[in-house]
Amino acid sequence: MHYRGVVAYEPSELYITAKCGTPISEIEAVLAEKGQMLAFEPPRFSGATLGGCVAAGLSGPRRQQAGAVRDFVLGVKLIDGTGQVLDFGGQVMKNVAGYDVSRLIAGSMGTLGLIAEVTLKVLPQPVAEQTLCFALDESAAIARLNQWGGQPLPISAAFWHDGQLWLRLSGARAAVEAASRKLGGSVTVNAEKHWNSVREQTHPAFAAPVLWRLALPSCAPSPKLDGLQAIEWGGALRWYDGNLESARDEATRLGGHAVLYRAPESQRCREGAFAPLPPALLALHQRLKKTFDPKGILNPGRIYAEF
Amino acid sequence: MTLPDPLFSTNKAALAARLKAILPAHCLLLDEEDLRPYECDGLTAYRELPMAVCLPENEAQVVDVLRTCHHLGVPVVARGAGTGLSGGAMPHAHGVVLSLARLNNVLRVDRVARLAVVQPGVRNLAVSEAAAPFGLYYAPDPSSQIACTLGGNVAENSGGVHCLKYGLTVPNVLRLRVVSIEGEIFEIGSEAPDAPGYDLLALLIGSEGMLGVVTEVTVKLVPKPELAQVVMASFADVSQAGDAVAAIIAAGIIPAGLEMMDKAATAAVEPYVNAGYDLSAAAILLCESDGTQEEVAEEISRVTAVLIAAGANGIKVSQSEAERVRFWAGRKAAFPAIGRITPDYYCMDGTIPRRRLAEMLAAITVMESKYRLRCANVFHAGDGNLHPLIMYDASKSGEWERAEAFGAEILELSVALGGSITGEHGVGIEKINQMCVQYKTPELETFHRIKAAFDETGLLNPGKAVPSLHRCAEYGRMHVHGGETKFPELERFDALSRRCRLRTKRALHHC
Repeated sequence: MHYRGVVAYEPSELYITAKCGTPISEIEAVLAEKGQMLAFEPPRFSGATLGGCVAAGLSGPRRQQAGAVRDFVLGVKLIDGTGQVLDFGGQVMKNVAGYDVSRLIAGSMGTLGLIAEVTLKVLPQPVAEQTLCFALDESAAIARLNQWGGQPLPISAAFWHDGQLWLRLSGARAAVEAASRKLGGSVTVNAEKHWNSVREQTHPAFAAPVLWRLALPSCAPSPKLDGLQAIEWGGALRWYDGNLESARDEATRLGGHAVLYRAPESQRCREGAFAPLPPALLALHQRLKKTFDPKGILNPGRIYAEF
Repeated sequence: MTLPDPLFSTNKAALAARLKAILPAHCLLLDEEDLRPYECDGLTAYRELPMAVCLPENEAQVVDVLRTCHHLGVPVVARGAGTGLSGGAMPHAHGVVLSLARLNNVLRVDRVARLAVVQPGVRNLAVSEAAAPFGLYYAPDPSSQIACTLGGNVAENSGGVHCLKYGLTVPNVLRLRVVSIEGEIFEIGSEAPDAPGYDLLALLIGSEGMLGVVTEVTVKLVPKPELAQVVMASFADVSQAGDAVAAIIAAGIIPAGLEMMDKAATAAVEPYVNAGYDLSAAAILLCESDGTQEEVAEEISRVTAVLIAAGANGIKVSQSEAERVRFWAGRKAAFPAIGRITPDYYCMDGTIPRRRLAEMLAAITVMESKYRLRCANVFHAGDGNLHPLIMYDASKSGEWERAEAFGAEILELSVALGGSITGEHGVGIEKINQMCVQYKTPELETFHRIKAAFDETGLLNPGKAVPSLHRCAEYGRMHVHGGETKFPELERFDALSRRCRLRTKRALHHC
């Protein structure tokens, strides 16, 4: 947390380099001065840092349009399990020299190295935004989202909860207005507050003590599960609450996977948070883990107990 | 005659017998005249004859070939269409070329989920053609897209003129089916986001055939924009054009494509394709906007204002789809157009921060005199990706060596300016020495360990993409800082360079 601060920021080069302990909110404030943003909209929670953001690999509502954390990681400075300082990637958009370790680090939960510094690609803030609201049930919302997804519409976020679908349009003013006319629905005021509550997971949909996060192909039909709380990312992310014994199997059946996103300690000890890997893939993961951390000292047991 | 490689020595007769047992006759090439077409990829200056070429027709045969080679300790070089420009698919003299060209079926196009599942030998453009009836397309469009394959695109993390807005191959691939050197099949990624475990897609994509052989690719399809329009701007001064590129990005505009060509490039292209380029300009910029009618109109007017403010002395906006295609035709034909005016050319691929474009161009002009060779410049300017085309004549003694040194200097300057030695063509065999400039020993060691985690025996595409530390030691003359060499612990030796020189001589003989 004390290793913080922006190291380099070049608005015309679309990148920012900062130390791992820099709060996301601080980075966003620096970017906002130049009309730019972190397009993957990571949650800031209370004081989330850049290092934590990349390690956790969590992306927010705009992911469906802009891409995930890993799509914005251009370079990392990493301290591996033997204490070596390693520099991967760089500050340019296109760089295919060597294996892409920078992106591998996104979502690796600190198991491959200590993230000391990160360079992220940044994007201009959209000129205009508007949020529309529709009354739709779950399956109608999923059908509609996929239908819209196949059209050239400036949709930057979607959130369904309890029979209501919110749709955010972002882009050139004229494009947002034209899409808004085409799509109908009712225009939501105070939309920024709404999207913030989705991004920070302060919306009531995320309040349950046991929360499952199902990543599915966007057009997957409804899982045979109770407790649907929210749909995001054009249908590709669905949140459920409750103790769901069949969440993993249902997600797998539909071509996706389930994460036990939040649960009491006792339950988390019983089953891992992440969907298990097939044996060949797990063995490969273990070999990779060893290349960065031969003694297994970095966040042992995180992601998978075998790590 | 290649020097014997102590690491791999294959008995060709034994290898042939084993391959004949697992592949039908029409899927196996063993005679020198049949092997000859595979001796190089798009980088023709480096050539090597393989022991055999395998052309499997299904995944089971790919598995069999890999198992056999693993068992015999024979190197395997996977190959798509062979359009790569860094020698990544150049054969190994003691190895097998595994061509995936016959695995060329589009397995599924899902209009609702907006994805396509294809075999690795499917051509890049064929994916977009298969998706077109649904109003969708595959975004990455390398200029070789009519020929290059998806498997090759994955291996190289290929870009194209539209990756400024839509990204390279990596954000556009959802899932890969991969066969390991041991013949084990695994799948990485998923049709759902955030697949569990490490992001192995990021590692595999751009790994240049060093980690596994891809047998199936699932790609993301995106809706075809309602409209696309191109602005063509002329500049009397190259550095003004470079500054205009940075000004567009600084104005908060991310165009679908932003390309720059210098006078040498437009002069070569214009008689070839009649694109309508301003031949009096020192440089032209092509800036494409795509989206809805309204979006495009708004962006074009903003771009035009920025270009004029940056000193453009001529602006032309495409007025029809035919005119837009014609403007791009010149850019896409730049390489063959240069090929018409010079016996040989050497295409480079460095990336630099956009704001250093003018500086790099000035340095290239100086290098033209230094190496006594001409250079035409074509840039993916929006993402700072340079493609200087160095013109030379391989039949003239010393010209290739000068071209190679010219290219190396451009790449090393790219690193010095804060960029990379390769934006989209890969390292292959071509830029292997410059990897020693871009990375230090600990990073290179990590790359070798990653390679070993996937391919312990080192049989997949040996000698490419990541240099051995010995090789870097030999190339260490580049790293003499304050009288200290970078690899003081390693003995200098020059076996590899001797081998390269021999190979170059042979290459020239073939040209």
